[in-house]
Amino acid sequence: MKKDFELIRIIVSAVLFAAGILVSRLVEMAWWAELIVFIVIYLFIGYDILIRAGKNIIRGQVFDENFLMVIATVGAFVIGEYPEAAAVMVFYQVGEYFQNYAVAKSRKSISELMNIRPDIAVVLRDGVEVTVSPEEVEIGEEIIIRAGERIPLDGVVVRGESSLDMAALTGESLPRECKAGDNVLSGSINMGGLIAVRAEKLFYDSTVSKILDLVENAAGKKAKAENFITKFAKYYTPAVVALAVLIAILPPIFDGQWAEWVHRALTFLVVSCPCALVISVPLSFFGGIGGASGEGILIKGGSYMEMLSKANVFVFDKTGTLTKGEFAVKEVLPEARREEILRWAAVAESGSNHPIALSILKECPASESGFDIREIAGEGIVAQKGNVTVFSGNARLMEENGIKFEPVDRAGSVVYVAKNGEYLGAIVVADAIKDDTKDVIASLRQSGYRTVMLTGDNKAIAESVAKEIGIDEYRAELLPADKVSELDRIIAEKDAKDVVAFVGDGINDAPVIMRADVGIAMGGAGSDSAIEASDVVLMHDKLSAIPLAKKTASKTMKIVFQNIVFAIAVKVIVLILSAFGIAGMWMAVFADVGVSVIAILNAMRAGRINNGKIS
Amino acid sequence: MKKVYRLNNLDCANCAAKMERNIAKIDGVTSVSVNFLAQKLTIEAKDECFEEVKSKMAAVVKKIEPDCEILGL
Repeated sequence: MKKDFELIRIIVSAVLFAAGILVSRLVEMAWWAELIVFIVIYLFIGYDILIRAGKNIIRGQVFDENFLMVIATVGAFVIGEYPEAAAVMVFYQVGEYFQNYAVAKSRKSISELMNIRPDIAVVLRDGVEVTVSPEEVEIGEEIIIRAGERIPLDGVVVRGESSLDMAALTGESLPRECKAGDNVLSGSINMGGLIAVRAEKLFYDSTVSKILDLVENAAGKKAKAENFITKFAKYYTPAVVALAVLIAILPPIFDGQWAEWVHRALTFLVVSCPCALVISVPLSFFGGIGGASGEGILIKGGSYMEMLSKANVFVFDKTGTLTKGEFAVKEVLPEARREEILRWAAVAESGSNHPIALSILKECPASESGFDIREIAGEGIVAQKGNVTVFSGNARLMEENGIKFEPVDRAGSVVYVAKNGEYLGAIVVADAIKDDTKDVIASLRQSGYRTVMLTGDNKAIAESVAKEIGIDEYRAELLPADKVSELDRIIAEKDAKDVVAFVGDGINDAPVIMRADVGIAMGGAGSDSAIEASDVVLMHDKLSAIPLAKKTASKTMKIVFQNIVFAIAVKVIVLILSAFGIAGMWMAVFADVGVSVIAILNAMRAGRINNGKIS
Repeated sequence: MKKVYRLNNLDCANCAAKMERNIAKIDGVTSVSVNFLAQKLTIEAKDECFEEVKSKMAAVVKKIEPDCEILGL
């Protein structure tokens, strides 16, 4: 309502103003008639500014923008520039209206993000469904979530099966299936049937609370650019006002042109408000942070945005970050006997829970049972049924049983398979590389950034993975504590302007993440330590978010820089022109409002990310 | 003690910056951040003088932007 009224008031006064100008040009009006026309328009469009300025003078707020506008316009009336005085006020209000519109829009986009907050929880107490607020649910209580409802607390599904929309948390649009026994995260929406979930965390500790907290406080950590601009604003206004006073007094002492110099001084006051500048910088950061969070990338503040935009050394943890962190059958040698080799290996490994065994069983489920299985620690498995004996294990198992085999030299774990003393072949099991790893590393290297991989694996594995994904450097055989000291070394050896980013899974790597200039944690949804330790949290575990986050940060910083340079440049030019009497108040206010509008439009660009691409 | 307050009718970015500067000068305040876009004031002050800081802080806000109020103070 208030906004509608403002808009109508601006339009009406603009029309009246145009009519006033037209009439005063066509008809010879007495000076007092012209004064009355423009004073009426002036009061209509500017009464609220006058009231506020009055209040502020009483409170001793002299360098307030309202006050400065009033001085400038009243001064213009005094020296007989009536249309100019009214015009300045009209334009000023247009600028204010636009600024408020932009701010309201940005605030709205953040509050939409805040919509992931669950309002209610339906909890089962003594067999009765009770609707309570999520804060009241205790750990261990059973909550019921129907189709279309939001999961209020993190927990484990106890009954029911459904698919969950986790887009608000991870930016991932594909729904995720869940069934009894699965962990589910608060903030996701139940798309299918009814599920019952046992609460594992209090609301305050649940994922949704953590994310909300993080986004709401993101703007708290101010960037250097932001601090620069508030500092600039602090000195800018008093300096311009002081210049205005000097211009109004000094030159006329020599040439006696009081009206002309006062006019120029008043023009100074019009451009003395730094608001466009002060607002466009945080607005850009806000936009960038908001846009990124829509993609499941949470950047914890403007200062991290700034650091990320400068990051040029990317250090990755291997397991779980570059690779999936789970073993998979990579190769079977010889390929021609693949089915046979896998079949017998699966039979032998069917009783084991070892990750290697599981990866083989995943590739090929056991086809026969009833084997007598003997596990030899550090060697492998011998399975026997009737006159069939299967050997599945490492080289030592083959040697000790006198089986002739061909040693395989591949990175990863090699499982040799033999049946009844006859060697069948070998299975190479390795940690699978994520689908997007190669592209991400290639794109980072293409941009000229240094890429390093840290891993606890042995040198052979590290080297082969590094070669496969095309990463510049690797450091192998690192214990968790070594990773911190290795990162320290990288930071110590870098050039002063280099910025080191570390990407890890956030669970084991928290100390390394904290040590880096920019700590990036992957798979943040569900991991508190990741959210707490890092500067940037990727809610999912897609590596492609890294170049996207980097690009968003660079784009945001570019917009911030453009806005600062552009706004200051225009203000300085207008000040110079008006000091020489070339630019009048008209031009000054037009430039001032124009700069605000352009800077704000530019700032709103920061949040625009379409389908994972920077537009 | 650290507290976060929501601000109503915070209309001008420069005013927010001014509030931040002036509140930081109050005795006992360890850190303060006024977030114009989120309309939030985050203050950290010594426990023993928190009440005093609160009233002084309210006065600063009123002085700079008369229409602006701190919710839940």
